[in-house]
Amino acid sequence: MFVLVVGGGKVGYYLTKELIESGHEVVLMEKDRARAAQITDELGSVVVPHDGCEGKYLGEAGSNRADIVAAVTGDDEDNLVICQMAKHHFDVPKTIARVNNPKNEQLFRHLGVDEIISPTRMALGSIEQDIPVHELLHLAALDNELEIIEAQLQADSPAVGRTPGDLVIPQECSLFAVVRNGVASPLRADTVFQEGDKVIAIGRADCERMLHEQLIGASASGRA
Amino acid sequence: MKYVIVGCGRVGAALAEALDNEGHEVLIIDTATRAFDRLSSEFKGQAIRGDGTDEDVLRRAGAERADVLLALTEGDNRNVMAAQVAREKLSVDKAVAKINDPVRAAAYAELGIATVCRTTMLTDALLGHLNLRPTGMPAVIAAVPHVHDDDAPEASRGLAGGAEAVPGPATAPATTAERRD
Repeated sequence: MFVLVVGGGKVGYYLTKELIESGHEVVLMEKDRARAAQITDELGSVVVPHDGCEGKYLGEAGSNRADIVAAVTGDDEDNLVICQMAKHHFDVPKTIARVNNPKNEQLFRHLGVDEIISPTRMALGSIEQDIPVHELLHLAALDNELEIIEAQLQADSPAVGRTPGDLVIPQECSLFAVVRNGVASPLRADTVFQEGDKVIAIGRADCERMLHEQLIGASASGRA
Repeated sequence: MKYVIVGCGRVGAALAEALDNEGHEVLIIDTATRAFDRLSSEFKGQAIRGDGTDEDVLRRAGAERADVLLALTEGDNRNVMAAQVAREKLSVDKAVAKINDPVRAAAYAELGIATVCRTTMLTDALLGHLNLRPTGMPAVIAAVPHVHDDDAPEASRGLAGGAEAVPGPATAPATTAERRD
């Protein structure tokens, strides 16, 4: 596998190092000469000391025969452009972009980036998972402002002891599965919600308030 | 017409004033308030501080459904991103990005963004001034009509769309073979 990594910061450096150790062919592009020289000293001659955003250099680094281009610089707009140039101009089969602003994830996917790595989202995810009480968990963002949301039912949830038909769920939203004791099953009309259930819903972001009310309970914490 | 300009540098400011004088609605955005010192006191448009690549900032500034957005900051990639956010998220009719890298400029025209390339413009102006043959590369490239169809297979979008023979730079691979209808 030939992987072209763009951006020789911490992420780019360790990514390159790991890929070399697992036997892949790797080229790293880093525009800062001093940083490029430093990495060359440590990893050998795998570094192209040029700006990977520049079409000419991206071509010279061999992007037209790369299997994967990974854009991991610190700037979202640079990573977007690197991936788009790789994909549309050099026909690279798979592009990966690091994204710092979580808002950009959906846009980048829409614009053709194959994989998104979002350190912000990952940190946010682990933090949210540590606070399971009284909040909705965002599991994934889909196209068209749709989200997959999880609600863990606490004892005081208004949904406990009731069936889906008893709940007032906005039309733009649907509950589709329940996870009970680690087993996921589709939601049926006669499912009776229990404490500890994780209810999985899909819907537009603006249904959240309603879902929160129905599954978690009226906001005691004064959610906006 | 409603114009949004991202980047209040020399070009951005001059253009904003020219459009304002023509009686258009103008909105200019820059990350630095100081940049707005370039605008004359007679400028009647709005000057807003913020990052023009951020969808929220553009929306709050009122850029939605503008007729034209011109991305004219110092960074090629910032311009590319601002233009794409405008087209894809804010339903802006026409987006123009200043891209000084000729390879990128040609590539993005085929992705639906009109581009203007200072490198090509200056090179050809200077060659002409010296009575030498110009490069023949276009400095302003109109966007290739964009197919807004999410179901279209990847290959039929972007670069593969039938380009109107934009004379690309020498390094551009010929990938426009498909869909020549």
